[in-house]
Amino acid sequence: MADTTMEKRLPGEAVASKAPSPLLVAVKETIFTAVLVFLLGVLMVGFQTQAIQGQYLSFVTRFDDVLWAVAIVPIGRFLLALDRQGQSWPALIVGGLAFLYFFGAGSTGVMELDVYKTLPLPFEEAMVNVIFGLGALLVFGTAIKSLRTAGQGRRTLPAREAAEARRANFARRLSVVLGPVLVAAAVVLPWTPWGDRQLVDSLVLVLTYVMLGWGLNIVVGLAGLLDLGYVAFYAVGAYTYAKLSTELGLTFWESLPIAGIFSAAFGVALGFPVLRLRGDYLAIVTLGFGEMIRIVLINWQAFTGGPNGIGSIGKITFFGFPFERKAAEGVTTFHELFGLQFSGSHRVYFLYYVILVLALITNFATIRLRKLPIGRAWEALREDETACRALGINPTNTKLTAFAIGAMFAGFAGSFFATRQGFVSPESFTFIESAVILSIVVLGGMGSQVGVALAAILLIGLPEALRELALYRMLAFGASMVLIMLWRPKGLLSYREPTILLHARNKKPMVSGTVK
Amino acid sequence: MNAALQQMTEPAMPLLTVEHLTMRFGGLVAIDDASFVAQHREITGVIGPNGAGKTTLFNCITGFYKPTVGRLTLAAADRPPMLLEQMEGFKIGQQASVARTFQNVRLFTGMSVLENLMVAQHNKLMRASGYTFLGLLGLPSFNRAERVARDLAVHWLDRIGLTHLADEPAGSLPYGDQRRLEIARAMCTEPVLLCLDEPAAGLNPRESAELNTLLRSIRDELGIGILLIEHDMSVVMGTCDHIVVLDYGRKIADGSPSEIRSDPAVIRAYLGEEEE
Ligand SMILES: Nc1ncnc2c1ncn2[C@@H]1O[C@H](COP(=O)(O)OP(=O)(O)O)[C@@H](O)[C@H]1O
Ligand SMILES: [Mg+2]
Repeated sequence: MADTTMEKRLPGEAVASKAPSPLLVAVKETIFTAVLVFLLGVLMVGFQTQAIQGQYLSFVTRFDDVLWAVAIVPIGRFLLALDRQGQSWPALIVGGLAFLYFFGAGSTGVMELDVYKTLPLPFEEAMVNVIFGLGALLVFGTAIKSLRTAGQGRRTLPAREAAEARRANFARRLSVVLGPVLVAAAVVLPWTPWGDRQLVDSLVLVLTYVMLGWGLNIVVGLAGLLDLGYVAFYAVGAYTYAKLSTELGLTFWESLPIAGIFSAAFGVALGFPVLRLRGDYLAIVTLGFGEMIRIVLINWQAFTGGPNGIGSIGKITFFGFPFERKAAEGVTTFHELFGLQFSGSHRVYFLYYVILVLALITNFATIRLRKLPIGRAWEALREDETACRALGINPTNTKLTAFAIGAMFAGFAGSFFATRQGFVSPESFTFIESAVILSIVVLGGMGSQVGVALAAILLIGLPEALRELALYRMLAFGASMVLIMLWRPKGLLSYREPTILLHARNKKPMVSGTVK
Repeated sequence: MNAALQQMTEPAMPLLTVEHLTMRFGGLVAIDDASFVAQHREITGVIGPNGAGKTTLFNCITGFYKPTVGRLTLAAADRPPMLLEQMEGFKIGQQASVARTFQNVRLFTGMSVLENLMVAQHNKLMRASGYTFLGLLGLPSFNRAERVARDLAVHWLDRIGLTHLADEPAGSLPYGDQRRLEIARAMCTEPVLLCLDEPAAGLNPRESAELNTLLRSIRDELGIGILLIEHDMSVVMGTCDHIVVLDYGRKIADGSPSEIRSDPAVIRAYLGEEEE
C-alpha cells in the first residue's frame, strides 16, 4: 500500500494526460486491498481457537466474517482512492451513511455495557461494528478534510491568517460576555420557574464535569501534559471521603480539604516517575495508572469493598445542619433552622450551590495561577521544554505542581461525588470517564474556561436532557467530536489572552501591518 | 583604562575553562579533546565548518549533553568556581547563570513577546511569589517584584526595538526580530556567560550590523562573557576578542582575530567552505 501513497495529488489538481484515469487507479488499489485483507483475514479472523472441555485446543472457522471484511474494507479503500484523485463526494456520502449505520448498530452494544449492564448485541459483534464504524468515520473525515483544503486553497495565506485572527477575536469577545452571563444564570436558575428539582439535579452532574474539565484543563490545557488517567484522582477523592465518613465519622466539610490534599499527594506520587516522558508516552502511562487505581479498588476487598464499593457514606449537611425530616436527639435540621416545611429538594438545591461554588473556585484559582510565575512556566513548558531548561526552569517540579493541583481539584470533585451519591464503587471510575473529561477540555478549546463550560453542557447536559436518545449517546459523542475537530480544530472557543499586557488593548498596534 | 583596572581585580581564573572536552555519540566523535578558555568581559568566537561540533560544545556547556570526558569550570566573579559537567541540565541556567540561544530559534511562540521575557525571570519571580503560595494572595512584595521584572523586560525590549510589539505572540514576529528576542530573553535571566548559537543566521546585512552593536554593548556595559558561534565573518571579525576554531571536533586554532585570519590550518579547513 505504501507505493500508492506516492501518487498522492492535491485535490482538484489536473491529472496529466499520460496518467491513468482516476477510476483505473482506484480500482487497482481496491483489488490490491481486497487481496491483502483476504490474506491477513484468513489467518487472523478465519480461524478461532477454542477450548474443548476445558482441556484441548481446537479451532472453528469463521470464513463468512472474512468474506464480509473482503467485501467491505476495499469499498473504503476505493472511496479513499477516489478522494485522493479529487473526487471527494462519494467518500463523503457513503462514509457518512456507513458511519451512522455501523456506529448506530455498534454503540447499542458497547455503550449499554456501561450504562445498563445489558448487552443487546454480543460484545464481539458490537466491537466489529464499532471498528467498521471508525473506518467509515475515517473515510468521511478524510473527505471533509479534502473538500475543506480544496476550498481553502483558493484563499491566500494572509487571508487565512486574518480569518484566524478574526475567529480568535470573536471567541475572546464572546467569552468575555458569556462567562458572567453563564455564572449569573447558574446562580439565579433554582429560583426561577424553570429550576425544578429534576433540572437542578441534572445540572449538579453537569457542574461536576465542568469542575473536572477545569481541573484537567490545568494539566492538559496549560501545562500541555496529556493525562488520560485523570479519573484516578477523582476516584481517590471519592474513596477518601467514603473511608473518612464511614470509618472515622468525619463530615463532608471536614473531609473535603483532606481529600484534596490526599489526591494531590497521589498526583505527585504518580507523576514523579512518569513526568519525564513526553507526549504520547505520558498519555499511555497515565492511562495505565488510571486503570491500575481502578483495579486496585476492585481487588483490595478489605479496604475498598471491592466491586461492591462502599455504601452509606455521610450525606452533605448545611454546615452541620442535616437535610432530614427528623434528626437525632439534640440535632437541629436544616428546615427547622430556617423554619421551613421539610422538602427533599433542599438537599438537591444545596448540592447544586456547593458544586457551583467548588467549580467557580477551580475557575478562579486557574485564572489566578495562570498569571503567576508558575502558570507562565506551565505554558512555557507546553510550548518548548528545551527552551525552559535553558532558562533554568526545573521541568519536573513545574510539571509536578500542575499535576498535583489538577489532581487536587479532581479530589474535591470526587468527595462531592461521594457525598451526593452516598455510595462509591469502581464502576464510576472507568477509563471512559477520563475520556469524557478530556473530550470536554479538547472540545471546549484548550485553555479556554468558558469553552470548557460550554463543552460540558453540550456533552453531559444534552444527553441528560434527551434521555430517550440515551442509546445514541456514544454516537452523538463521537460524531460531535469529529465535527468539532473538523470545523473548529482548536475547540469551540479557543483564544489566548496574554497574562500580562504592556499596552492597553485598544491602543494595540495592528499585527498585519508589522508582519511582512 | 577603566576596563584594564577592572581586569586586574578579577579572579585569576578565566570565566570558562574547557579542559580535554570529548563528546562521543556511539562511534562518532563530535568533540575530540578540546581545551580552551573564555575570558571575563570578552567575546569568544567559536567557528568552524558545519558539523565541526560547535553546537555540541554548547550543549555540553549548558548541560544538554553530559560530556564523555573533560572538565568545564565556570568561575564567575561573585561565587566559587562551578564544575558544569557535574550539574543537572536546568541548574546550569538556574545556579551557574549560563544562558544560551539556539541555532533554530526556540521561542515560546504562542506566548506574547513580553511573556517570553517574563518566563526568563522565572526563578527570581518564583522566590518572590513564595513559591506560588504568597503570590496567590497577591501580596504587595510580589507585585513589586513583578513590576521590577517587567521593567527589566521592557528595558531589553527597548534595546532590541520591539517594545511596540510587546503584546503580540512571539511566533508572529519576523525572523530577525525573533532572533533578537531570543537574545533578549537570554539576557533577562541576568547571566554571567551568554552562549549564542549562530545569532546572525538569516539576518540581512543591516540587521547583522545592529547585532554587532548589541553584542559589543552587552560586553562593555554589563561586563559579561559571550561565547559566539557564527558563520557570518563580518560579525565574528567585528565583535570577537578571541577566536577558537573547531574542525571535525578538534581545536585547530585559537587566537586573536588577526592571528586566525592568517592561520594556514584555518584557511585549509575553510577552503571551499566560506570566503571571508
Ligand atoms: N545527539 C546527537 N547524536 C548523534 N550525533 C550527534 C548528536 N548531536 C550532534 N551529533 C553529531 O555531532 C557532529 C557535530 O554536530 P554539531 O555540533 O551540530 O555541529 P555544528 O554545530 O558545528 O555544525 C555532527 O556530525 C552531528 O551529526
Ligand atoms: Mg550548529
